[in-house]
Amino acid sequence: MRRLFAALFLVLSLMPAFAVQPDEVLPDPVLEARARSLSAELRCLICQSQSIDDSDATIARDLRILIRERLKAGDSDAAVKAFLVDRYGEYVLLRPTFAWHTLLLWAAAPLVLIIGAALSFGLFRRRRAAEPAALTVEEQRRVEALLARDD
Amino acid sequence: MIVELGHYALVLALALSIAGAVLPLYGALAGDRRLMGIAAPVSIALFVFVAASFAALTHAYLVSDFSVRNVVENSHSMKPLIFKISGVWGNHEGSMLLWVLILALFGALVAAFGNNLPMRLKALVLAVQSAIGTAFLLFILTTSNPFLRLVPAPVEGNDLNPVLQDIGLAIHPPLLYLGYVGCSISFAFAIAALIDGRIDAAWARWVRPWTLTAWIFLTLGIAMGSYWAYYELGWGGWWFWDPVENASFMPWLAATALLHSAVVMEKRDALKVWTILLAILTFSLSLLGTFLVRSGVLTSVHAFATDPTRGIFILVILCLFIGGSFSLFALRAGTLAQGGLFAPISREGSLVLNNLLLTAACATVLVGTLYPLALEALTGEKISVGAPFFDMTFGPLMVPLLIAVPFGPFLAWKRGDLLAACQRLFAAFAAVLLTIGVGLFFAGPSKALTFFGIALAVWLLVGSLSEFAFRIKLFRAPLAESFRRARGLPRAAFGMTLAHCGLGLTVLGIIVSTTWNTETITTMKPGESVTIGSRIVTLDGFLPVSGGTYTGTAARFTVREGGTTVATLAPEKRLYQVQNMPTTESAIHSFGLSQLYISLGDVKADGTTVVRIYYKVMILLIWLGAIVMALGGALSLSDRRLRVGAPKPARASAAVPAE
Repeated sequence: MRRLFAALFLVLSLMPAFAVQPDEVLPDPVLEARARSLSAELRCLICQSQSIDDSDATIARDLRILIRERLKAGDSDAAVKAFLVDRYGEYVLLRPTFAWHTLLLWAAAPLVLIIGAALSFGLFRRRRAAEPAALTVEEQRRVEALLARDD
Repeated sequence: MIVELGHYALVLALALSIAGAVLPLYGALAGDRRLMGIAAPVSIALFVFVAASFAALTHAYLVSDFSVRNVVENSHSMKPLIFKISGVWGNHEGSMLLWVLILALFGALVAAFGNNLPMRLKALVLAVQSAIGTAFLLFILTTSNPFLRLVPAPVEGNDLNPVLQDIGLAIHPPLLYLGYVGCSISFAFAIAALIDGRIDAAWARWVRPWTLTAWIFLTLGIAMGSYWAYYELGWGGWWFWDPVENASFMPWLAATALLHSAVVMEKRDALKVWTILLAILTFSLSLLGTFLVRSGVLTSVHAFATDPTRGIFILVILCLFIGGSFSLFALRAGTLAQGGLFAPISREGSLVLNNLLLTAACATVLVGTLYPLALEALTGEKISVGAPFFDMTFGPLMVPLLIAVPFGPFLAWKRGDLLAACQRLFAAFAAVLLTIGVGLFFAGPSKALTFFGIALAVWLLVGSLSEFAFRIKLFRAPLAESFRRARGLPRAAFGMTLAHCGLGLTVLGIIVSTTWNTETITTMKPGESVTIGSRIVTLDGFLPVSGGTYTGTAARFTVREGGTTVATLAPEKRLYQVQNMPTTESAIHSFGLSQLYISLGDVKADGTTVVRIYYKVMILLIWLGAIVMALGGALSLSDRRLRVGAPKPARASAAVPAE
């Protein structure tokens, strides 16, 4: 949808969509599946928030091939990511690392939940405070007397 | 001449909107009934003038008036009629005009149908609506005027961006804008309540139908956009967590929360302050979405810095309205009386939980969208926040929400009985266990997560239907009795069941289509075949196609199953000649709820081409679910309690028995 919107609103020039090409696909399906899921986590550096798995830009293709070469050489997924971060900076990761500069990003939802839960808790406390106190023995007797009279 | 008239009508509309904002507000504060009285006619006149202006621009597109810069930049005389019309809002200036048109339309609707509103409230609501109109009309006239002439006029236009030459452009933006801008009404009601310092259940009864209307359009608009992206972009994705998508998704999440909290307010007179705040938040998020999309800040912080006029203008509007409304809220919220009390386990409590989770989900989308921009602006550090982040943070918030959905309607107001609710949900529990059992037995533990997801969808569907069955005493009373009870149920009850079922369908579609999606990427020559499941797809050959402003090649595929042809598909490669831009048009064939999806790569001289074939299992459920949700909303909207102009239900229904 981003291309569509980019076209709608920002009028960027686009190319026909075509990401992974048949000649890139690795013969080993396990390795290929790893390559695909890795690609979905990495950003195409010149595109507007597109992963290299979705993008048809030349650099995305180069990176896809690079990833597959690293995987064939026996690198772990983490090693491939570290290699790319060394080269291109953290910008290449679509899921930022958990660190000081991303603390607020990761903590936003839990914070809202905690604050919201605290506020709702206040709501119920207020209810308890506002609830009428239990009847005293004297009042209870009068209620019973009144009810008995109604019968 | 017509173009100048359109321009002039827009200027007059600006004058009217200023009058409509200032005079009724003054009238309401000073208690002047005459000034309050002008709010309605001015709002209707405002709509008429904006509509005239919009019609003038549409006319310029229809007759291909290339002396107008906007038409030159976005149209072409050879373009098909439908794209000439939709091209009006397929660009910045025109889409802002559509935005204001819809804003004025909503204002006019309140003016025309709001006869049973208290005069003061009506005047204040319309004044706020006009004030928003003033801001955006000023924006259009000073920075984004669609009526500017071009001298000398060229003979031909530059054509519309080919990706936008699709029926999707005709439907998606108007729907989305109806949703976005529709949120302005509940915002206007919230501001009016704050100015008035008074808010009651009648207020909530007024806000609900408008919020519901906006929500229905927002739901349909987002679903439509998602389907458009799915078939147009050629790689079969339907949601990308792109900032622009998030911009429309955030108001949806907030509006969904607002719908639910407004129920509490209407029925129990509780959560007033929160409902007001949510109404402000929802429209603020709509404004923020407009800012994100319109300012160019998304392409890069630097693009915004190089041409900031429009961006700064919208930013000022944003700060004025959001800042102003929050200040007003801070000032006046304390004066609003707190309403009904309730226990944590109660209908109200479940709706509070709904609001809590939806707000947290909305916050994570908001922060995820804005964080990279803020970080870069503040420290220069560049990070990316994409789909993997949102999958990880948004998903865990949705799971408890979806689990809680069927419980809510089974809990009584004020103080509910969770154990009784569980007992009444036994059918849903049984269905969940059955789903997980069958999944583990046939697919094994490797698909455990998938079956957990499917079980969640089943839980939603069976749980929502259980509540309906319980209410009509299905199987516990004679069928005739159940039928009679079902007829007696308010439409809002049907609406809720339907909307919750729709949510279940969407969840089911998402889980099933992502798990069993197959993708085949291969090179094919005419005459060659590939096997997709039980079907054989053969590339028969190519033929030339042309239309509008493009020429291209279509590939013909035949799909056979057991020797018989079940479908033919013809994906295309097009070249739009005016913009010299190639596009791919995928071809889709539905088998029940599942879809076969073929898109083409470049065709080489010897006829070999790269082909992508997807088989998306039950993917139509994703959008079907959204449509069912919207239908539920519409049904609820038609409830006589909410229907505009049905103020005296008891006696009116006695007089008109044919309901």
